[in-house]
Amino acid sequence: MAQIQAGTWVEIEQVILTPEQRAPSLPEDTRKVPYVMRVSGFLLEPAELGGDSRIRTIIGREMSGVLKTVNPSYSHSFGSTVPELLKIGTQADL
Amino acid sequence: MNTIDNSYTAVMGRKNEIMKASLGIDYDDFILSPVAFDYERMMQQTGYSHADIVRIQGETKVGNTPLYELRNLTAAVRRISEPGKGAVILVKDEAANASGSFKARRASISAYEAARKGYKGMIAATSGNYGAAVASQAAQRSLKCIIVQEVFDNRGVGQPEIVEKGRACEAYGAEVLKMSVGPELFYMLLLTLEETGFFNASLYTPFGVRGIETLGLEIASGVRERYGKDPDVVVITHAGGGNLTGTARGLLAAGCDHTRIVACSVDLSGLHMASDGDFNRKSFTTGHTGFGVPFATWPDRVDVPRNAARSLRYMDEYQLVTQGEVFYVTELLTKMEGLERGPAGNISLTAAVTLARQMDQDQVVVVQETEYTGAGKHHNSQLSFARENGIEVRRGDPRDNVPGKAIVIPERLEQVWGMVQDMDRLRLSYLKNAARQLPVGSWTEIDVSFLASDLKVTQDWVRQKMPDLL
Repeated sequence: MAQIQAGTWVEIEQVILTPEQRAPSLPEDTRKVPYVMRVSGFLLEPAELGGDSRIRTIIGREMSGVLKTVNPSYSHSFGSTVPELLKIGTQADL
Repeated sequence: MNTIDNSYTAVMGRKNEIMKASLGIDYDDFILSPVAFDYERMMQQTGYSHADIVRIQGETKVGNTPLYELRNLTAAVRRISEPGKGAVILVKDEAANASGSFKARRASISAYEAARKGYKGMIAATSGNYGAAVASQAAQRSLKCIIVQEVFDNRGVGQPEIVEKGRACEAYGAEVLKMSVGPELFYMLLLTLEETGFFNASLYTPFGVRGIETLGLEIASGVRERYGKDPDVVVITHAGGGNLTGTARGLLAAGCDHTRIVACSVDLSGLHMASDGDFNRKSFTTGHTGFGVPFATWPDRVDVPRNAARSLRYMDEYQLVTQGEVFYVTELLTKMEGLERGPAGNISLTAAVTLARQMDQDQVVVVQETEYTGAGKHHNSQLSFARENGIEVRRGDPRDNVPGKAIVIPERLEQVWGMVQDMDRLRLSYLKNAARQLPVGSWTEIDVSFLASDLKVTQDWVRQKMPDLL
């Protein structure tokens, strides 16, 4: 697999608590999955996607975890049009 | 070799020392018993006067937001009301604060305090607008900022509004620790506070709540100036309780002793807040009953030893509204008033429609916040996401709403009606929680006096309920 260059903006993932280590009295669906953290930063050494990696975050902290995403970005949107909203507050509706 | 035990139990066990170091407040100074503490002394010991707070907030683009009369919505409410009914509806456009919500008021004093005390940075655990507010205020005070946020379920999917809130934090230069679903957010906060030695910008410190008091002061002076009277009702979206507490304290400080304080939350009953599966079945990430009810009935369930946000101390009434009703009113605000605003303030706006209908035309009801909207936060984005996740979305009678299953958007304004909660039931539930901290048999005069003030009732009321709690 291709190496990702040091200095690249990436997102890593770290398991903070395994299911056994989690807080007591969680709902069943939550209890059976690990407690996971994701954080973005600049890659400190070359690493492979899915492999161990170290980053420096935007405020300068060093953290390690599995390299998950290269150049992480946001794609949330306004969603598909919901026709039920269109007429509300118009002459057609009031 | 470093042998710090970072297991869940060990870190939670170090809670008090971590808190003391990260806040510079020794709560032992105020605590009187497992239940009672000297609330007013704790609030005063922040050492900031209202004049100080106004000045500090003025330095970082907070406060003096516009107060608008919603003329078209008021007229529409009057058309469906009994003759003579239909109060004037006002809205405080808090979206105009730096970072786009009233939460900037809350973060501003914490950031000032953190910088003054020489902390290098600040941390907050929140999935709300508060993260962006802390990040924006930290940036202006040259502090580093870490936000710990619950973002995604076990499939890695995040509700669009949560994702947007995380984006905003990063936009203001914060490091965002994006967590999967679970109450261990608090564990993560403690761990990060301990590791960094940063200031704990908790939502529930006296700094956080006192910063909101200026909102109450501005509403009092704004309404008096234009209408020659005090606001009759101020309606406040309620989750953790800080918004209500701070606003009510500001109104009282301004002398608005007869203004009715109405809380409002979106009804999400039946959805479990710590459930991975329910996480993405909510179209509201805050301002809902999943926070509003537990925080009202036991405020001290938070990340500080004693919570400065104590909603029942100030609340006169508590309205619930459905998701569908809020989306309907949000659309009315946009199309009739030309204001496109985010979800939180529109919750209280929905209750204001119901309240205005029952009030006289010469009365004034104030919706005390708006927040910014946009990709992820927009109601179209929420409804589209809900539909993709198998939730039914349709027009109809909002009484048919089922949280997590069906969102029913009203067909007409008359159908926006909300539901009033039984205040005494909430107060009794609070007392039951207090009895879990300290058995009723051990309550002293100090406890009874504290509980009466904390519930806005007489000491006799508390005494009458005590036998039922034994």
